[in-house]
Amino acid sequence: MKLTLKIWRQENATAKGKMVDYPVDGIDGDMSFLEMLDILNEQLVEKGEDTIQFDHDCREGICGSCSLQINGEPHGPDKLIATCQLHMRSFKDGDTIYIEPFRAKAFPVIKDLIVDRTAFDRIQQAWGYVSVNTSGNTVDANTIPIEKEKADEAFNAATCIGCGACVAACKNASAMLFTSAKVSQYALLPQGRVEATERVQAMVRQMDEEGFGNCSNTGACEIECPKGISLENIARMNREYLAASVKG
Amino acid sequence: MSVLDSKIPKGPLAEKWTNHKNDINLVNPANKRNIDVIVIGTGLAGGAAAATLAELGYNVKTFCYQDSPRRAHSIAAQGGINASKNYQGDGDSDYRLFYDTVKGGDYRSREGNVYRLAEVSGNIIDQCVAQGVPFAREYGGYLDNRSFGGVLVSRTFYAKGQTGQQLLLGAYSAMNRQINRGKIKPYNRHEMMDLVLVDGKARGIIARNMVTGEIERHSAHAVVLASGGYGNVFFLSTNAMGSNVMAAWRAHRRGAYFANPCYTQIHPTCIPVTGDHQSKLTLMSESLRNDGRIWVPKKEEDAKAIREGKKKPTELSEEERDYYLERRYPAFGNLVPRDVASRAAKERCDAGYGVNKTGQAVYLDFSSAIERYGKEKAFTSGNKNASKEEITKLGKEVVASKYGNLFDMYQKIVDQNPYETPMMIYPAVHYTMGGLWVDYNLQTTIPGCYAAGEANFSDHGANRLGASALMQGLADGYFVLPYTIGDYLSKDIRTGAIPTDSAEFEETEKAVKERIDKMMNAGGTKSVDSYHKELGLIMWNKCGMARNAEGLKEAIEEIAALREDFWKNVKVPGSATSKNAELEKAGRVADFLELGELFAKDALHREESCGGHFREEYQTEEGEALRDDENFKYVAAWEYKGKPADAVLHKEDLVFENIELKTRSYK
Repeated sequence: MKLTLKIWRQENATAKGKMVDYPVDGIDGDMSFLEMLDILNEQLVEKGEDTIQFDHDCREGICGSCSLQINGEPHGPDKLIATCQLHMRSFKDGDTIYIEPFRAKAFPVIKDLIVDRTAFDRIQQAWGYVSVNTSGNTVDANTIPIEKEKADEAFNAATCIGCGACVAACKNASAMLFTSAKVSQYALLPQGRVEATERVQAMVRQMDEEGFGNCSNTGACEIECPKGISLENIARMNREYLAASVKG
Repeated sequence: MSVLDSKIPKGPLAEKWTNHKNDINLVNPANKRNIDVIVIGTGLAGGAAAATLAELGYNVKTFCYQDSPRRAHSIAAQGGINASKNYQGDGDSDYRLFYDTVKGGDYRSREGNVYRLAEVSGNIIDQCVAQGVPFAREYGGYLDNRSFGGVLVSRTFYAKGQTGQQLLLGAYSAMNRQINRGKIKPYNRHEMMDLVLVDGKARGIIARNMVTGEIERHSAHAVVLASGGYGNVFFLSTNAMGSNVMAAWRAHRRGAYFANPCYTQIHPTCIPVTGDHQSKLTLMSESLRNDGRIWVPKKEEDAKAIREGKKKPTELSEEERDYYLERRYPAFGNLVPRDVASRAAKERCDAGYGVNKTGQAVYLDFSSAIERYGKEKAFTSGNKNASKEEITKLGKEVVASKYGNLFDMYQKIVDQNPYETPMMIYPAVHYTMGGLWVDYNLQTTIPGCYAAGEANFSDHGANRLGASALMQGLADGYFVLPYTIGDYLSKDIRTGAIPTDSAEFEETEKAVKERIDKMMNAGGTKSVDSYHKELGLIMWNKCGMARNAEGLKEAIEEIAALREDFWKNVKVPGSATSKNAELEKAGRVADFLELGELFAKDALHREESCGGHFREEYQTEEGEALRDDENFKYVAAWEYKGKPADAVLHKEDLVFENIELKTRSYK
């Protein structure tokens, strides 16, 4: 396939960025989207030009590093995948593809297609954990049975890869889906319930401080989430937050 | 007499660890506040160690090349984590887990280390459940288990196909708690460029801020390397793109011996290579072998017809299929250990029975499992006369609930539906059992420099069993290192902060900057990736699943020549003072070009076959690995002497007091 790529280039956080055109040829449908970018970068190396910088690592959809806005959609046109799992068979010869970084005030651009997502880390640092020491002096793992349905639901919430697609998909750049997934995982498990009140308050406070927008229930986050994290988590977080507020 | 002292505590096997913990020195809480520890890597081993050390009161700095500690490659581990809980009541015990691991490693690991690993394994599960790790559960609410290769019990705990993710997020959450307390300072998007030694002790590192390009000095009283394995020396592997050997290799160059570099795990169930555009290979979890049956066509002409697209695998009857693992290894069948399964796949493909266009693939078939589960489900839900369609539908649902995400992953890459047609798989480089030599305390041959997780060599011998990497990473990080490092640090309570303006920091920083300059200004024409691919091909063809003396000698020469060429002809565009992926890759590939040669040298010297190391000259008539315990029952630890060719071999004899050495049989 022959394609025209329009790619966002930006030297650093303070520089002004712009879209640059790059033609590519000989792209095979079995290639992944990132392998296509590898080929383009090889060509840039040959010419002695600075390569296009993008985050990626595991290339199997689990580390959450990759973060491209492709033709206006986080992780591109296919559903339930990260960019690294997108294959070129989803495009056709002659296509023009727009490739941009995730856009959000709380995710400043570092260079080209790389953004700073440490705001997510700080939300988790606020109380995204169970306050238990790792000394191993806990009760036997089977002491507290947990309903399978609840355990599975907690697991589903916990499969969030922290990529930020939910924020990039949202017109308000809200981080509610991300934050609520973590709140839900713990709220559903007896081990997490102990600190549920403090946790939801601390995490929501941090989320607001980071400059993420409000949730206006459009549901775009759920549609673009590569792991299919459900909107029910947001509803659950809202209930948890309300309960925590009443409790004080 | 070897210079290597493994420091295995005396006494009966089951009491060694307890006695050792009672004997070693402790640091009092007030003194811990004055001691700094650097942890390189934030995967299971590094993340767990950092969190625990910080909880104990030490000041910890963590370093990872990713943008967040949560993205370390442990996250990609799929199948599960072993523990000798014996929740299934199927005869499991610490001893059995220990025995399976030593046997699985083809008797090339240390008894003392492995027993300790088995001993703390149950505690890991308790710990993780307390942290809120959502393991799979049965309807009664208790934890579920499954089986992995090389064992006859069900001891593997799991969270669908994302066990590594859930355990790593657990360790990351423990880290977050300490970051919030100010006890861990995370340095993300930072790469360790070198280790700084002061008076022969590890006292800090030189790191590069990968966003600004700034070269930084960080000091500490001890440095923990938990930087993972070196499978990416093969270019194509299941490792993450950024996984690299730099931290371990820089320590090796500074005096840490590198042990058994040739022990590499080639995992049997990966998605096959399809063309030369591929940048990495994707694993399909070993857990699939619980239910998938591996086969190739019995007749060569059927294999040929399938390769040419004239026949479909589903058109072949049961009689026309060769379930070669079940045929060759009736006791373990499809659940033989990884090295055995990989070699058997290669044997069939080399003999002309391979499928896929390339002939380099075998089938992993779920149709029997779908039928079996479907019948069971129909029966238990009261449908005693279910039709074939109903059974298939129910069976697919059960299989989806167990392996759904893996099936989806496969379909996205290969564009085929594994519920309808068998998966195609082929072995790929996955894990490295070799690594930095460490003693029982996980200390390398450099005082104050520790290695944990995949970065060390200690527990898996010549072959690792499935679901044991997660166990070892967390055991090292949560339960071993925090004790043993205290013994060393107890001598540092009066040292005070380590200054970073010493001559040693100055010199090491200078060497790092010169190396970067050299790479940026090589002025050549060839890309870093082109060297990496070339190295990978040499490694795969000559140091891969089967090795021989001739090929290994060629590999040594070819890698040395390639390395020389690299420093003359590599081209790194961009600048050293901003984010530059080409420069990052160049530093890593430069180290792989040294490690690769040592790897081949190690493989050449080991004139036996054991575990993942298969020398064609040393095999039984049936093609099984032929070990030589008389001459090679030792750990090969290499000392750096300027270049890989000059590396000096040190031997640590392996002593087996509790297990009788036998020919490994899974028949």
